[in-house]
Amino acid sequence: MLSFNSSNIASKTKTIGRRMFLLNSIKAVVLLGIFGRLASLQINEANKYRSLADKNRFRETKFAAPRGIIKDYFGNDIASNTRIYQLHIVPENIPNVDNLLIRLKNLINLSERKINYIQKKIKKQKKWENIIVNDNLTWSEFSRINLFLHELEGATPVVSIARIYKNNASAHAIGYVSEISPKDIRNKKYLKNIGIAGIAIGKTGLESTLDEEMIGSPGFLRYEVNAYGKKIKQVSVDEGSKGKTFRTTLDDKVQVFSSKLLEEVSGAVCVMDIYNGDIIAMVSSPAFNPNSFVHGIKKKEWNNLLNDRDKPMVNKAISGLYPPGSTIKTLTALSALENDVVSSKLYVTCKGYIDLHGERFHCWKKKGHGIVNMRTALKKSCDIYFYEVARRLGIDRLSATAKKFGLGEKVLQNYREEKAGVVPNTKWKIKEIGKNWYIGETLHSGIGQGYFLTTPLQLSLMTAQIANGGFKIQPRILINENEKVSNLQKYLDHKNSTPGNIMSADDQIFNFGLQPLFRNQENINLVKEAMFAATNEVGGTSYRSRHTNKNFMFAGKTGSSQIKRFTAAQREAEVKQENITYLERDHAWFVAFAPVKDPRYAISVLVEHGGSGSRAAAPIAKKIIKKVLERHESRVSYPNREQENI
Amino acid sequence: MLYSRQNLSSINSSFSIRNKISGLDFPLLISILLLGIISIFAQFSSSGGTFDYYSKSHAIRFGIFFILFLTVAFTQIRFWFSASFLIFLILLGLLIFIKFYGIQSQGSRRWVNLFVINLQPSELMKIAIILFLSNYYHKISESDVNRIKYLLYPVLAIMAPVILVLTQPDLGTAILILLSGVVVTWLAGVRWKIFAYISLAMLVFAPIGISLLKPYQKNRILTFLNPDTDPLGAGYQIIQSKIAIGSGGLFGKGFLNGSQAYLNFLPEKHTDFIFTLYSEEFGFLGSVLMVFLYSLITYRIIKIGNETRSIFGKLYCFGFANAFFIYVAVNMSMVLGLLPIVGAPLPILSYGGSSMLAILFGLGIVMSCNVHKNSAVG
Repeated sequence: MLSFNSSNIASKTKTIGRRMFLLNSIKAVVLLGIFGRLASLQINEANKYRSLADKNRFRETKFAAPRGIIKDYFGNDIASNTRIYQLHIVPENIPNVDNLLIRLKNLINLSERKINYIQKKIKKQKKWENIIVNDNLTWSEFSRINLFLHELEGATPVVSIARIYKNNASAHAIGYVSEISPKDIRNKKYLKNIGIAGIAIGKTGLESTLDEEMIGSPGFLRYEVNAYGKKIKQVSVDEGSKGKTFRTTLDDKVQVFSSKLLEEVSGAVCVMDIYNGDIIAMVSSPAFNPNSFVHGIKKKEWNNLLNDRDKPMVNKAISGLYPPGSTIKTLTALSALENDVVSSKLYVTCKGYIDLHGERFHCWKKKGHGIVNMRTALKKSCDIYFYEVARRLGIDRLSATAKKFGLGEKVLQNYREEKAGVVPNTKWKIKEIGKNWYIGETLHSGIGQGYFLTTPLQLSLMTAQIANGGFKIQPRILINENEKVSNLQKYLDHKNSTPGNIMSADDQIFNFGLQPLFRNQENINLVKEAMFAATNEVGGTSYRSRHTNKNFMFAGKTGSSQIKRFTAAQREAEVKQENITYLERDHAWFVAFAPVKDPRYAISVLVEHGGSGSRAAAPIAKKIIKKVLERHESRVSYPNREQENI
Repeated sequence: MLYSRQNLSSINSSFSIRNKISGLDFPLLISILLLGIISIFAQFSSSGGTFDYYSKSHAIRFGIFFILFLTVAFTQIRFWFSASFLIFLILLGLLIFIKFYGIQSQGSRRWVNLFVINLQPSELMKIAIILFLSNYYHKISESDVNRIKYLLYPVLAIMAPVILVLTQPDLGTAILILLSGVVVTWLAGVRWKIFAYISLAMLVFAPIGISLLKPYQKNRILTFLNPDTDPLGAGYQIIQSKIAIGSGGLFGKGFLNGSQAYLNFLPEKHTDFIFTLYSEEFGFLGSVLMVFLYSLITYRIIKIGNETRSIFGKLYCFGFANAFFIYVAVNMSMVLGLLPIVGAPLPILSYGGSSMLAILFGLGIVMSCNVHKNSAVG
């Protein structure tokens, strides 16, 4: 059957065999190539490709960790976190979106606009992506949802946490949180990579300055997705770590109490411990509701806040700038005594006005005070006396003293919104206004009008530093558990442990490393004494607001800062403050320290357009002082260095 | 000598089934079975760990075609020798038929509806061309091999299906048919020079051929030739395939744990990229085992070719061994990013009835050569 002879077959076989051998060699080379490639991909570069595969399959969503809590001195929460109830939907799981929305509308508060927004969002995003229908349901809405959940396929009730503020009293001091904005991401470094849509961040007050520490480190949810981005399963959860908790020096009870007193007026109150600089109260009025911002403030509410005549969003205690008025007379007197310009025995006759340099300067009391010395002048707040003192003192020396006592610069480092104010002098005027100083301006400055601008916090610091005997203190609002005990606190502790053992000022300074703001402490004492008289002696400006109970007795100085100078006609007609337009009325000031024996606290009260300090501000101060002193025992006995971690 | 061989062959023709079974090459048989089992697991994994349509029909097909393989193996080699030309003609006829009546899918016309299955004749053509050329060169004497007159048939027999398949369009299969044919021709003794001349002639006539194509056909071929024009398609596939294989590492992610495949990052995971899936799950060690298995099969085919006495058998076995190796090498190089994606299935492992039928049919004839290694063919 074979067609060819065997020699032909043998020759053919030989050719085939030879050529096959060549092809087999090529095969070996190819095999080696494939083997090498496998080794290179799966052994050499395995890690690279493993991470690429993980990058393919894992997606992470970050979520905010519980925000740090802000507590008051006694460990009560001022700003804390609360459980909130939300409703989420996943379009993919909804059989009929329109039906669900109609059903939901019957169960919860859902506006037409919101429905339109949700429908638009459903069209725009992937069908398995979550949509938040409502981020803050009431408990009854939430329970209704849960009750009818079997009819609401595709809807998920979610429990989350959000900021809550116990009251409005500390709205300015604490600030508020609100949804992150593109501007925040641009301006704040620590938010650059936060990657949490809609996270609430601090916008004002301590919430803003402590934001980075309070925000904590975000948790994340890691899940696996397929090639189309659909979530397959959750892989891991990292809870993140909650933000740092801060304890402040504020006393929530005093905050609320002060806030109540200020309810009817626009103004501010600051209370300070004169030894360690603890700010016990810092209240601005009118307040706003910080809780309104947490879930996005309603446009109408926001507009009302912005357009309010009394500017509720401004923290008047640190950002409100007002001429100090007669409260500055304490420093005018002190500066003159310290510089040996006058002695406390200087007598000046007050006729109700004085003509100087071709200008007529008036005392607030039209009839005049008659012959007054320094103590009486402070007690009765005689303007004529301090025109004379200021004239002799000069603006530059007054300015130096005012700066020494903390005016003209920021008191705290904790607020972006704090203002420094103005302490004018000749150089300042040339630099800022470009004009020479006039002597008349010195006289106005001497009674706290003119260019002087101060905040309520600055005046409480000034008062505190007079009250503690003239020593510098560093005010604080945050308690740092690791902070060294201040020298002044050590001095105070020593004083309390050895009653009756009165050290000389030099010894105090030497033994405790205190920073005196005086040359001669006698001068400070004289001012303090005069302030005592102003409140507790007949004829004193705040005599009507005194406490008769020895425990609550205080010493204070009134002030009123002019908005608009009276015209000669008004002065002649003896127009009362109550009878002029609200916005043209003087701001009312009152600064004080208490108790009079062994003072411990300083207070400043400002009532915008309150008319006179004695009538509008002093009565408020009186009540707050009583409250603060009542809480003194519990405050000093509260363990300052807590062992437990808060 | 000659006589005794003839004698032997007459004895062989009356083989009992028992003798035929003992004539099987067991290392080859077991390798094929092993590969088949692995392929069922791979398809099972590819279906996300379920017996869905793909994995089920793959398993059933392997069963049926394995029986076919044994049937082909037990059929006299003499029969396959004489049927070669007819088989080639039928498939050529089918290729022409589907030009007009073929089933179109994903932009190309490759399938013929045979009522039971949709057959892809181009896959079977890969075997038929080897059968036809082995038969052809078995019959002509070595001295005639390089004569123009005897070159005409092989050139026509190769070019006709290649052009038909190319215009389906199916570049991958066209290349594999061309390579399979050229290799047999070369093994038969055709000189290098002639290949060079023909290639040159083809280059000259290529523009004319291209001008005859319809614009959409041209476009398809261009996209095939230059995948960069479709970066999200072919480029994406290669990147994802490399990630899958590389991330498998030394030991792999484990059976049913290939994230790239499971999460659909891997394209065409049932067919062209099945090795990627396997490699992701079984790692370097598994891949090397797979390469070894394919090499072993190739080696056993070559060994059978060496032992077969007829020129037809030798040419067929060697031709098929080379073709088989090329399929494996092209597919693996493709998924490993060494070659552009042309669309070439991995023998047995890839999903696809026609491809598996062709491979097991081809292997059946190889096995028939072994069972009947001492018979003359015709």
